[in-house]
Formats: sequence, C-alpha cells, structure tokens
Amino acid sequence: MAKSIDVSDLNIYYGDFLAVEGVTIPVAARSVTAFIGPSGCGKSTFLRSLNRMHEVIRGARVDGKVLVDGQDLYADDMDPVNVRRMIGMVFQRPNPFPTMSIAENVLAGQKLNSKRMKKSEADDIVERSLRSAGLWNEVKDRLDRPGSGLSGGQQQRLCIARAIATQPEILLMDEPCSALDPISTSVIEDLIHELKKDYTIVIVTHNMQQAARVSDTTAFFNLAGVGQPGRLVEHGPTEKMFSNPEDPATEAYIQGRFG
Amino acid sequence: MTSIQSTARKRSTPTRPGDRIFRGTSIAAALTILATLAGVALFLTIEGIPGVLASPDEVKHGTTFIDYVVPLVFGTLLAAVLALALAIPVAIGVALYISHYAPRRLASTLGYIIDLLAAVPSVVYGVWGISFLATALVPVYSWLERTLGFIPLFAGPPSATGRTILTASIVLAVMVLPVITALCREIFLQTPRLHEEAALALGATRWEMARLAIFPYARSGIISASMLGLGRALGETMAVAMVLSASGVITFNLISSTNPSTIAANIALTFNEATGLTVNALIASGLVLFLITFLVNFAARAIVERRKDFSGAN
Amino acid sequence: MTSTLQPTSPPTPSPEIAKSLRGRSLPTWAPKAIGALSVALALVGVFGPVGFWLVFVAWLVAAIVPLWSMFVEGRRKATDRFVTLLVTTAFVIALFPLGSILTTVVTRGAPVLSSDFFTYSMRNVLGEGGGIYHALMGTLLITAAAAAISVPIGLFTAIYLIEYGEGKRLARWIRFLVDVMTGIPSIVAGLFAYALFVIFFGPGVRMGVGGAVALSVLMIPVVVRSCEEMLKLVPNELREASYALGVPKWRTIVKVVLPTALAGIVTGVTLAVARVIGETAPLLIIAGLTDSVNFNLFDGRMATLPVFTYFSIITPGVPPGPSIERAWGAALVLLIIVMLLNFAARLVSYFFSPKGER
Repeated sequence: MAKSIDVSDLNIYYGDFLAVEGVTIPVAARSVTAFIGPSGCGKSTFLRSLNRMHEVIRGARVDGKVLVDGQDLYADDMDPVNVRRMIGMVFQRPNPFPTMSIAENVLAGQKLNSKRMKKSEADDIVERSLRSAGLWNEVKDRLDRPGSGLSGGQQQRLCIARAIATQPEILLMDEPCSALDPISTSVIEDLIHELKKDYTIVIVTHNMQQAARVSDTTAFFNLAGVGQPGRLVEHGPTEKMFSNPEDPATEAYIQGRFG
Repeated sequence: MTSIQSTARKRSTPTRPGDRIFRGTSIAAALTILATLAGVALFLTIEGIPGVLASPDEVKHGTTFIDYVVPLVFGTLLAAVLALALAIPVAIGVALYISHYAPRRLASTLGYIIDLLAAVPSVVYGVWGISFLATALVPVYSWLERTLGFIPLFAGPPSATGRTILTASIVLAVMVLPVITALCREIFLQTPRLHEEAALALGATRWEMARLAIFPYARSGIISASMLGLGRALGETMAVAMVLSASGVITFNLISSTNPSTIAANIALTFNEATGLTVNALIASGLVLFLITFLVNFAARAIVERRKDFSGAN
Repeated sequence: MTSTLQPTSPPTPSPEIAKSLRGRSLPTWAPKAIGALSVALALVGVFGPVGFWLVFVAWLVAAIVPLWSMFVEGRRKATDRFVTLLVTTAFVIALFPLGSILTTVVTRGAPVLSSDFFTYSMRNVLGEGGGIYHALMGTLLITAAAAAISVPIGLFTAIYLIEYGEGKRLARWIRFLVDVMTGIPSIVAGLFAYALFVIFFGPGVRMGVGGAVALSVLMIPVVVRSCEEMLKLVPNELREASYALGVPKWRTIVKVVLPTALAGIVTGVTLAVARVIGETAPLLIIAGLTDSVNFNLFDGRMATLPVFTYFSIITPGVPPGPSIERAWGAALVLLIIVMLLNFAARLVSYFFSPKGER
C-alpha cells in the first residue's frame, strides 16, 4: 500500500479554458501533502485530476503526466474507474449515501461493484475501516441505522471510512473540514496523522494553521492574474514553506496579507 | 470546442460493456420518443390523406373535407375560447388566493384540493355535466334569453335539455381551471420577495402590491399558462361529446339546441359507426386538431422559454 | 437617528402623528363577523332546505365589508377589501364543481355498488342486473400494459436527459418533444394507435393492446417529466462519491441515483397511472366495448370502465334506468380508483423519501 505520485507538466482544461497550467510536483509515499492558495486558483481542480474525477465534468480534460509508482494514470489503456478504485477521495461536504445504513456506507465501494464476500469478511472490513476512521466506538451499536443520521463530523469520518474500506493506495481530501466545527476538525486532523502511516495523503485546505499542523509538504497555488490559469508557485517541506518561503507571494499569502 | 472534446473522448479509454449497454438503452429510449411523435404525424397523415381527397359521395357526411371540417374547427375554437374566458379570471383569482391570501398553513392543502379537480376523469365530468349541470342550467338559460336575448349570443330559443355549447364550455372551464391555476400559483409564488416588500414599504395595500409587483412579473407566465389551458380545452373529447347536443352548424348562439360540434367530440361520437373513407376523413380531422394544439402548445412553450431568458439575469 | 440625539424629547408621540398613523378604520371584528355570517348563510344555502339563492344573499352580505370600508376607510382600502372578496369568491367558485361532482357521483353511484356489481359482466344482460367485472379487468389490464410500456421508456429517457444528455443538442430536442407530446389530445393518441394497427391488422381493428399503446403516448411524457425532476433532485455529491469509489457510471445510476430518487419516481409513476386510467377517448376508438370478459390484450374488443360508463349513459337502451344507474356506479368506481391512486402517491412521497437529506 501507499504509493508515490509524480506529476509532470500537467495542464487542465474546461473546454477551451485552461484552468491550471504546467504543474510539476512529486508527492512522497506515506506523507501528507497540503495544497494551499486563494479561492479559484485550481487546487481542487488539480486534486480531482489526480484520480480522474476531474473528467466527470463535461468538457474537462488534461494533458501531461500523472505517474503513480511509474504508471501514467492518463495512459490510453487506463480505465478511470480502476484509477479511482486505487485512489480514494473525501469531499468538502460529507456525502454519505442517504439510502444506505452506516455499515452499507462503509461497504459501498464493494457493494456498488457487486463484489461478493462472506458476512464475516464484510463485518471485518466495516470494523477495521471504522476503527481506522476513529468512528467505531461511536457507531458500533447502530451500524444498521441510516448514515445521514450522524452529525457532520461523524458523517465526514464515515466518508473517510468508506474511502479507506476499498484499501486505496492514495487518499485525496478536498477541504475535508471546511463544513465542520473546530472540535470535529481537530478529530479529523488527528485522524490524518494516524492514516499517514498507511496511506499517501493529499489534502486541499483553506486553513493555514491546518496545513501547518497536518502536512509534511506544502504546495502553494496562485493565479497569475484575472482570467489567467492557476499555477503551482512553489512547494517544499511545510516548515520551510511557513518560515522561509522563496516566493514573496507565498509569504504574503501565508501571513494573511492577501487571498 | 466540439473538436477538442471529441479528441479528448477518443483518448478516453476502454468503456465498460455495462456502461455501453446502459448508455445505449437510454439513448434508444429517448429516440423512441422522437419516433413516436414522428409516428403520430406520419400515420395520421398516411391514413388521413385518403379522407381529405375523398369525394362527397364516398363519405357518410356527404361533403368535401373542407366543408366538413370547417364547422368543426369553428366549434372547437368557440368552445375552447369560451371555456378560457370563463376559466382564466377564476384561475387567476384562485391562484392569487392560494399564493398570497390564504393562511400560510392552509395554502398547500388548498392547492391540493384544486389539483383534485384535475384528477377527476373526463368521463366523470361528462356524466356530471349531462345529468346534473345541464339540467341545472336550463332555468338560467331561459332567464338569459328573457333578459339578455337582444345580444345574439343569447338569442335562444333556449335548449330544453341544457346541452348547449355554453354548458360544454363551462365543463371545459372547470377541467382546465386546475391546469391554469397550478401554473399561475407557481409563478405568483416565484415573485421576488424583494419586489413585494418594496411595494409594501411604499405603503401599498395588498391589492396594490399585487398590481405593482406580482402581475408585471407574472404576465408572460399567465399568458403561457392560459395557452396550455387552451391546448387542453381544444383537445378535450369526452366531456364535450357527452354534454353537447351537436348538429354541426356555425352559430354564435350559445344557448340554443342547435350547436356546433368540436373535432374531438365528433370523432368520438361517429368513429364507431364509421366505415371506409369516412374513417379516413375522421383521422384527417384528428390531424387538423393535432396541428392546432401543436401550434398552441408551441406558442405557449415559446413564451415560457423567452421568459426564462429574461429571468435568467437575476 | 435624530431622536437618539435628543434624549429630552417626550416618549409619547404627538397626538397628530398618532392620529394619522391610526387612520380611520373598520373595527377589527367587523370583517370577521360579516365573513362568518356570510359563510354560515352560504352553507345553509348549499346544504339547507332554503334554496341555492341564499348563496347569492351570502355574497351580498360579504360585499358589505368593502362598501362599509368605502365610507370609513376611503377608496384605496375599500378596493383592497373588494379584491380580497373577489379572490376568495374565485376560490369558492372553484370548490363548487368539485363538491358538486363528488356529491352527485357518490350519492347516485353508491346505491349501485354491490358484490354482484363487481363480479358480474354484462354478458346476456338486458335491463337490470349485470356488473362491471369485464370493464374493471379490461381497465386494469390495459393500464398495466400501458405502464409496462411507458415506465421503462420514460425512465430511461429521463436517465438519458439527466445523466448522459447534459448540454447536448439531442437532449434539448428530446425535452422539447416531450413537451409537445404532453399536449397531444387524447383522442389523437387513440387515432394514432388505430392508424398504426390498421396497417398491420386491416380496417376496423379493435384490440386491448392498441389501447395500451394509445395510453402510453399520453403517459410517457408524464413519466419522463416527473422522473426527470426527481433525478435532478439527487445531489451531485452522491454521484461523485460513488465515482470516487471506483464505481462505473451505470452502476452509480442503478445503485445510487435510482434508489435515492425511488420514492419520487414511484410517486410520479402512480400519478401518471392515475392520469391515464380515466382516459376514455383513445379506448373508445381502439379498444371499443364488449359485454363479455376478455383477458387477451391481443384479441378483439376489450371493455374498460370509462368506455363502459360512456356507453351506459349515452346509449342506455330501453328501459334506460338500469343502464344509467350502472353508469353512475362505474363512474364512482373509477373516481375511487383515481382518488386512491392520488392518495397512494402522496403517501409514498411522504413516507419513503430519504430522510435527513439537505
């Protein structure tokens, strides 16, 4: 488990519109990489291109290379569906399936693909995933209740459990705490620390402190100007990025002078 | 733009058989709709043309198709327009009552009650119209003739059964009322709250607020709702066929016992006894009705579309 | 603002301002009392022994309010009150036919209902007796067949429009054509089915399945419309969550989108069935009427409730009494079926919508 990612010279388009230009960045295995930057600079778009979720939107496409352990995700014979099985994703707002129970939500990756498994095996996955997501103790007595009955923070951890139940190599998180209160946020941040042992994690966040707290590496995205594509300004170890960034724009953003 | 997309699509990789089958089924279903509509136009034309071309002695009605269909078109339009004239003011009133006058908690229930009117099968309207409404209206008609007889519309002599074009129009009005009401209600509820409050803040009474804020906003919506109602009224068959005692004349006399028939009612009444080219003539008259309703509905949709463009700005 | 700068100004407003703000108005009890009186009079007029003319008196009583207001409150308020009266009147007018239809059909139809009425057909019946068994079966069979045709086509079309067709020209066309189809008069749908079947079976064809085809033409657009609305309501986030788990699109649709929208779809389909089950005109043309039970959709005439009702009242035979009674009975049964379907649709959407959704 846990693989590294190598992105080289990636351009992302919506139709004719170039949204993100020329991103080249390596992501180490078993580390947390945070993407920061002002709204609309293409962080989320870039994140979504890492598991080909990006092309769900009509007219969206990319060129460039995304290598996961040397395999190009955008190679001609790559099936986006398989790519997404390998790379899990957690969204901005918790989105458990309203028609499924908590246990079914955790097993959604298997169930929706009609994978057959024994009851004991399924129970195992549910327990393991919920434990990893730090939710087991809170929900173990009501696994058959609807997932939408949980609180926002619990729902988000359920979504994390759902994402790791399929045992992906990489976990992408798109502002996973932006819809949560501070306490749920800190629970999820602790969780990210735990998950780092097994997964490569990439997280988009608007919260500078969060990036500083959870990530090993930070990448700063910015817009070149109005109507210009977003681009990667610089990336490096989080400590260095926050204490001594190379680009003045990064420093200005981190110190809250704009964005 | 399309070229860029198509190259991207080509690059995008092995589609799964499941996806291909499902997508194919969906498109096939959508195309079925296209085929059905084309089929309606095509089959009615194929079967209708012999009826249009038939000479007077080959068909039961014994006239050319034009002479046959013109009084029917007249009756169809007369009944539908009368129905609308009766229904629109009431529908607007009801819609306004539900959207702005009724107590908030009752509004949706009241709307549901009016919607029930749309659920009543047309044959039940027919039974009600022929045996209750027509009889109940007989004294009204003789009163109309006595007091308003100088107007050609009410020249009489009044029908003794009450089965006149006016009765049919009243039944039609009741039938299209829920259609128009439902649409108007939606539109009234969509009136921007800010406009309403702006009017009230200027010291307007509730009615002045309606005139200042609601009606200007809803005008095109009311028009298109009425057109859709018109489409319904034009095509409604059974209620008219049962209520109206028709003799295929052209007259504006609304309360006499000789009334024009409508296309739809005429088909329903004569189809089962018709043979040979008469059937084809009836199908051709159905085609005429289809074209009329198509035009009316098309106009209504066009108005709705234009309105969308306008409201898209905010 | 200015008052806060002048703390010394007295807290009570000046009497002139108070007077101009209050204005002269009707006592608050007056409109309510007059309204109540008017409603009471109208109810007596409708249900009581006095006569229908009392309803007009009731209206005139209600009209006192704007008239009185004219003298006390002035023209603007009087107009407002008058419009309130008119709008309320419109609503009451709309209630009259509904009430009248329900009461006449129930009072005249209810005595006819008996177990024989439901279990006998009209075979070899002259005058009294007989029932609607054959028509009831015909209606159920033809409507079921129509639903079997319409639901798959309608549902898949809606899936195409929402899941695959976004922004495509074909989808815009299909949406437009569905609108056009909604406006097809029911008799034209019947003629279409007839014209279609004539080509295969020759003139004078009558067949239950033809009725199903005709009803489908009316039903498909309704199904497409309601399914489309329901699929639109499924949050995009659920689709994305599913894709992100590596679920192919078609499985996402079948296992996530459709179950989430299921309650709405069932409601929509039930309402569509309720709409076509009462259709008369197309069945009159293509399914015809027979006195006996016919379970075969592909073999000859098939009686249905609406058509049975129609012929029973239009050509009652001699003596007309029993036939007209049967017409009322059949009309009542039809009305009950339609109302039950509407009610069921409400219940489904009320109880089975997924809870806790944003």
